[in-house]
Amino acid sequence: MIEVKQVSKSFNGQKVLFDIDHVFEEGQVNLIIGQSGQGKSVLAKCIVGLYEADAGQILFDKRNFTEMDRNERSNIRQEIGMLFQGAALFDSMTVEQNVMFPLQMFTKMTKAEIQARADFCLDRVNLAGRNKLMPSECSGGMQKRVGIARAIAMNPRYLFCDEPNSGLDPKTSIVIDKLIRDITQEYKITTVVITHDMNSVMEIGDHILFIHQGKKWWEGDRHSIINATNPEIESFVYASSFMKEIRSLLQKKAQ
Amino acid sequence: MKLLQQFGRYILMLSVVFTRPNRWRFFWKHTFLEIDQIGINSLPIVALMSTFMGAVIALQTASSMESPLLPDYTVGFITQSSTILEFSPTIISLILAGKVGSNVASEIGTMRVTEQIDALEIMGVNSLNFLVLPKITAALVFFPVLVVFSMALSMFGGWLALLVSDLTTTEIYILGIRSFFNPFHITYALTKTLVFGFLIVSISSFYGYYVKGGSLDVGRASTQAVVSSSVAILIANFILTQLMLLS
Repeated sequence: MIEVKQVSKSFNGQKVLFDIDHVFEEGQVNLIIGQSGQGKSVLAKCIVGLYEADAGQILFDKRNFTEMDRNERSNIRQEIGMLFQGAALFDSMTVEQNVMFPLQMFTKMTKAEIQARADFCLDRVNLAGRNKLMPSECSGGMQKRVGIARAIAMNPRYLFCDEPNSGLDPKTSIVIDKLIRDITQEYKITTVVITHDMNSVMEIGDHILFIHQGKKWWEGDRHSIINATNPEIESFVYASSFMKEIRSLLQKKAQ
Repeated sequence: MKLLQQFGRYILMLSVVFTRPNRWRFFWKHTFLEIDQIGINSLPIVALMSTFMGAVIALQTASSMESPLLPDYTVGFITQSSTILEFSPTIISLILAGKVGSNVASEIGTMRVTEQIDALEIMGVNSLNFLVLPKITAALVFFPVLVVFSMALSMFGGWLALLVSDLTTTEIYILGIRSFFNPFHITYALTKTLVFGFLIVSISSFYGYYVKGGSLDVGRASTQAVVSSSVAILIANFILTQLMLLS
């Protein structure tokens, strides 16, 4: 569980986050949604410590991350896996070396154990046998899957995914979404996904936080978001004509 | 004011770079890779530059020696002293600032804009220490080797040019090279090289690490890295010469 208490953040005097309070539940896929430029990524980066929050507290299972020094944070970070928007694979390493990297860096596992763990993680994301490929030889979807394999290599307690579906076709997006959901349930981890993809919201949104103008605007789940009456959420959820059509069909059915 | 701020940031960066590596095995592995990348890969350009510059220094000196009062070995002596004192440590370092500096800044800058540095940080890796310390170590280890190599080739180039042009004999040239040789000049040249190597890699890493934006900004950072490290070399050269040769 990750608790965010009264978190604020400004850049060059411009406030981007306003006193955010939220709890990201364990064993669930927690989504942070909202339009572009509303502060979703900033909030996630504050949580993992890539940005320093100006005020407030971030607690990882009651451990106050904001008050920790660099070494203590390093220990917590070994419990965090993160999938970046562009996968952020180390381009000088093979797929396998990318997955092995955190294990070699932070564990005392033997070579054979590390190899076995890397094979397992790659197999888990359906990339068995692709060990020796370089990131540049992988498609966008494959890179995201390698990113997930690397993120779960250390058996994380917390998984962060920054727009996991950006740049992917709808079919591959569903594969990635399913993978995130399955891994969350399988390992009972706290997963936080930043997205503005409504398909993902409907597919994996166990617990949703809607951010608007840097403020916590709404929270709920994928069922309640469909019926939310808040105008900002409505305009976000029903932004596409496809969703508008679905809504009118649902309304007709209800009548 | 902005310059002062940048300098403060650079010093803070160095304080994070010079910490204990997470894993020594990774550190040594990366250091050897960097020796290959920024050291051994620079050998061809250093060899080419040094041979031709040595040849030109020798020919220019020979062509401007009109007084019969000057001994014949003066050409060898001037080639030796200008190579050891200035050409090999300073000019080669300026060339390396262009080659190595832009390489380091663009490599680290690209890692920054593609979030690879964020990925390292999220894993709990001290990214500055992990990326920059092996580069600095490699430069400190291999730049002196490059400069000694450059000194030898420069004097060889001078000898070759004079011999081909029939301006002197091997014996006289060698006599010139050995005349008034001051071993302290080698210490001076290698001290300068160590300082220049450190400046090139640390300044270029600084510009790469703190780049913001996309590929255009990486290109800009790479140019800034080369310009700033070249200026830093010139200033450090002046200060070190004052301190080591004149005080």
